[in-house]
Amino acid sequence: MNSIHDLGGMDNFGPINVEPNEPVFHEDWERKILALTLGLLPAGYCNIDEMRRTTEHIDPAIYLQARYYQKWLLTLESILLEKDILTQEEIETGKSIRTEGGDNRPAVPVEMMQYAMANPIPANAELDPDLKAKFQVGEEILAKNINPYHHTRIPRYIRGKRGVIVQDHGVFLLADTNAHGGPEKPQHVYSVRFTAQELWGDEANPNDSVCIDLHDDYMDPLVSN
Amino acid sequence: MANKNHRAPLSDTQLRVKALESVLLEKGLVDQATMDAIIDNYENKVGPHNGARLVARAWTDPEFKAQLLKDGSGTIAKLGLAGIEGTHIEVKENTADVHNMVVCTLCSCYPWTILGLPPTWYKSTPYRARAVRDPRGILKEFGVEMSEDVEVRVWDSNAELRYLVLPMRPEGSENLTEDELAALVTRDSMIGTSVVDAIN
Repeated sequence: MNSIHDLGGMDNFGPINVEPNEPVFHEDWERKILALTLGLLPAGYCNIDEMRRTTEHIDPAIYLQARYYQKWLLTLESILLEKDILTQEEIETGKSIRTEGGDNRPAVPVEMMQYAMANPIPANAELDPDLKAKFQVGEEILAKNINPYHHTRIPRYIRGKRGVIVQDHGVFLLADTNAHGGPEKPQHVYSVRFTAQELWGDEANPNDSVCIDLHDDYMDPLVSN
Repeated sequence: MANKNHRAPLSDTQLRVKALESVLLEKGLVDQATMDAIIDNYENKVGPHNGARLVARAWTDPEFKAQLLKDGSGTIAKLGLAGIEGTHIEVKENTADVHNMVVCTLCSCYPWTILGLPPTWYKSTPYRARAVRDPRGILKEFGVEMSEDVEVRVWDSNAELRYLVLPMRPEGSENLTEDELAALVTRDSMIGTSVVDAIN
């Protein structure tokens, strides 16, 4: 979806404000929304791509105003409703009202959480190790010019541009379908290098580049005429 | 408390989080001990000190450095530094010819297990918008004048891979111990918006 989350290459947002000695959290509710989200969702309600899709659906004007953890709150409230974990009334009152129905799973135990925070998580990766790669390292590609209304991880600034495969990272699920209930599409993901001049024109530094991770479905082989 | 205004997108943030916490705990859908462990982990345990230790060791142990660059994920997993937002790790080495910088233009992906939760500026709109287009301008804002001859290579971590920059070892650090070296390594130098300064 071509919404405001796809920020790469935009202008006019001003300087980068660095806060010296910034604390991990500024307010207590920030700790809590992180802990609620990470403590709830690994029970199996939704995957990371569904979460990102939900965040991207925040109204653009609100997205730009919201602090980072406010986006987490808006995302969690939406997921709780979408997945029928809580009712609107329960979200608003903070009280348990519905006693039957809904998707309510056992809470993630602390031991499982401790493990997840210190050990490799399979998540949506490393599937089908035998799946054949569509592209080879060194191959020139064309990033597809696609503008889907659904979730995608190919940003606008890359679309239609020529790049070179620099590394094959193995097989991951395509976010586009994984964010919308499937079907699962395991594909190779590659680091692809684009020159700064290909992306931004002749005024860019001729030495500079951007590397980005792209799935098989986001690229076509570059056919030279 | 429940009225239409209460649902305005950004109002009453604190109360809304409290409401979710109350009802999710009451229903037993989240566990208090699990929440406490999450907060403790991200506030007190993980942080840039993890990455700094990796960098210092890579500077002093060529075999470890080769492993880290070849198989970042496997190497950090052995050290107990894998986990949520830290399972697929790629380490990119700065050299005299290439300076690496990391961004996530689509959200705020970041190697949590190695650098901790990201600072606000990394998640900010200007950084996410500008990093891929004007990395040299950003370096300047962070006090680094990068030579025109050096390739500034920006890594947009839009998939499930997370990136750590291995900064160049500063001049004048030849006689320092691994612990002393780790103390020099800044978070921003491992994101690539900065470098580790030479020692005078």
